[in-house]
Amino acid sequence: MVGLAPLPRAPGPPQNGGVTEFLAKTVRRAWTVGVRGLVQAVLSQAACIPLFVVTVVSIALLPVGAGLFLLPAAVLATRALADRQRAWAAEWSGVDVPSPYRPLPPAGSPFRRVAAMLRDPATWRDLLWTLLNVPVGLLLGLLPAALVVYGVEGVAVAPWIGHVATFGWGPFWMLDDWGIVGSVGSIALGALLVVLGAALGEGILKGHALFNRSLLAPTRGALAARVRELTATRADAVDASAAELRRIERDLHDGAQARLVALSMHIGLAEELMKRDPDAARGLLAEARAASGQALTELRDLVRGIHPPVLAERGLDGGVRALALTLPIPVDVRIGLRGRTDAPVESAAYFAVAEMLANVVKHSGARRAWVQIEQDPDRLVLLVGDDGAGGADPAQGGGMRGIERRLAAFDGTMAVTSPPGGPTVVTMELPCASSSPRTSPSSGTG
Amino acid sequence: MRVVIAEDLALLRDGLIRLLEAFGFEVVEAVDNGPSLLRALTAHRPDVAVVDVRLPPTFTDEGLAAALAARREVPGLPVLVLSQHVERLYARELLTDGSGGIGYLLKDRVSDVGQFVDAVRRVAAGGTALDPDVVAQLLTRRAREEPLQMLTPREREVLGLMAEGRSNAAIASALFVTDKAIGKHTNNIFAKLGLPVSEDDNRRVLAVLAYLGV
Repeated sequence: MVGLAPLPRAPGPPQNGGVTEFLAKTVRRAWTVGVRGLVQAVLSQAACIPLFVVTVVSIALLPVGAGLFLLPAAVLATRALADRQRAWAAEWSGVDVPSPYRPLPPAGSPFRRVAAMLRDPATWRDLLWTLLNVPVGLLLGLLPAALVVYGVEGVAVAPWIGHVATFGWGPFWMLDDWGIVGSVGSIALGALLVVLGAALGEGILKGHALFNRSLLAPTRGALAARVRELTATRADAVDASAAELRRIERDLHDGAQARLVALSMHIGLAEELMKRDPDAARGLLAEARAASGQALTELRDLVRGIHPPVLAERGLDGGVRALALTLPIPVDVRIGLRGRTDAPVESAAYFAVAEMLANVVKHSGARRAWVQIEQDPDRLVLLVGDDGAGGADPAQGGGMRGIERRLAAFDGTMAVTSPPGGPTVVTMELPCASSSPRTSPSSGTG
Repeated sequence: MRVVIAEDLALLRDGLIRLLEAFGFEVVEAVDNGPSLLRALTAHRPDVAVVDVRLPPTFTDEGLAAALAARREVPGLPVLVLSQHVERLYARELLTDGSGGIGYLLKDRVSDVGQFVDAVRRVAAGGTALDPDVVAQLLTRRAREEPLQMLTPREREVLGLMAEGRSNAAIASALFVTDKAIGKHTNNIFAKLGLPVSEDDNRRVLAVLAYLGV
């Protein structure tokens, strides 16, 4: 101790506060541990048992059809509880339990949704957890709670009413046989149990958190599957961006670049002819101006395809509204965003909506279309619908498939409902970290 | 005629200054960012402002926002907005107060110097100069609808030029016909679309744009 600077202390009496501080800390700890343990014990019975039963019953009811509607609810409820446990593991015990779930297709087709849930191994591990946690959660939750409650009873209840009523169990409760010694002993033993609960409780709860991690965290297999999936979507994204760059290169080479060459030739010629044949020179200059106009138009179209200027200026909201105004059919736009999202997500969302609206105009024969965009804290939901002929099928390739791949690079998903005769509704979901309400991207010029 | 110019690219800014001065305009100030533009517009109250949509510091729609803010303070302040791209959304925002003195053109249009200067003068006089690209968007949108179907191709052409904000005389010279012929076309158009006939050029343009649903 000599030579060490005194550690900073919490405000309070520095010396004789030691005992009080220890007591206060123990009581606080005992209280926290007791409540947490009790919550875990109650949940292990009141939540895990029903969830396990309902899930198993819905799986059994799948062939009859009722399970199609019951299972998603049961699985989502289980996931909500599991997510709570993951958060508690980190918050209470510092145990990191990552979430293993694969992205689900948006609500719409219950078949695809249920199929995706059943294919996800995390669903089955969750189910196993709801079963095993019934005894494990009860034991590991009740232990710290019982130590604390039992101890408190020994200190605060038993010695004071021991001579009035006789309790049936425990070392404290034959107090009338022991008189004052018994009461003092009960208080001492009770206090010891509270201290023990406070000291061991966190460890026991951590044990429970570790048990949870063993079932609720992603397995090696799941991680490997995720790596495969990311490799595939990354390859798609790289391919797509390479193809995009090739297209841009070709457009510039054959378009604007060629026109600028022609332009400078015309101007050069006009320069030559200025003195000898002013009329011919004037004609060439007029042609040069026309060529520059065409070059600018081509560049403008190209820029729109890369990143529409209005998207840069107004974000997804203004971009989609401006897009809707350019279409030959009325488009009802409803957008609820919380500030601007990250530029790549914004761009992917814009082009997804643009592609779907282009499909509506080209193929559906619709008289009206609508776009709805909502933002949760962690995802963007895009809906594009029309009153057209229906029968749209993303499996037939083309633009829809391309958009699906583009969304997959962001872990985004797409679902299409398009019965023959319509109406068609395309639902797309994009995970997005809600960024600060930023209005000023810092690149680009007028 | 006193002009304020807002353009952040020095090359284009100098070009605009030279061009407008060559045609007898007095450039009272040329700025390169949004906040300075708003200050210049409210301080000088020029006869017309030529404004680029995208300006520093945010490089979004700074110029447009400053122009709209200035018009709220100085109602009817004539503003000609230039941009590398035209959006119906922006045209709607500019025209929404219905007080005229609005121009919205692609930057390319500057290359046709005569037309451009004409547009600046028209806007300064409280008229409208709307880019053919915006008008084309408006016309495609309504093309399938009954009243527009009833117009002859020539009448549709005249309607487009009216929507751009041109006078009968200007439309006549653009289509190489007489003023009288254009007068007949416009009367037919107004009758077919059920719009009230107005002698005032400016009100006529606004009626057409309102009909097309800018």
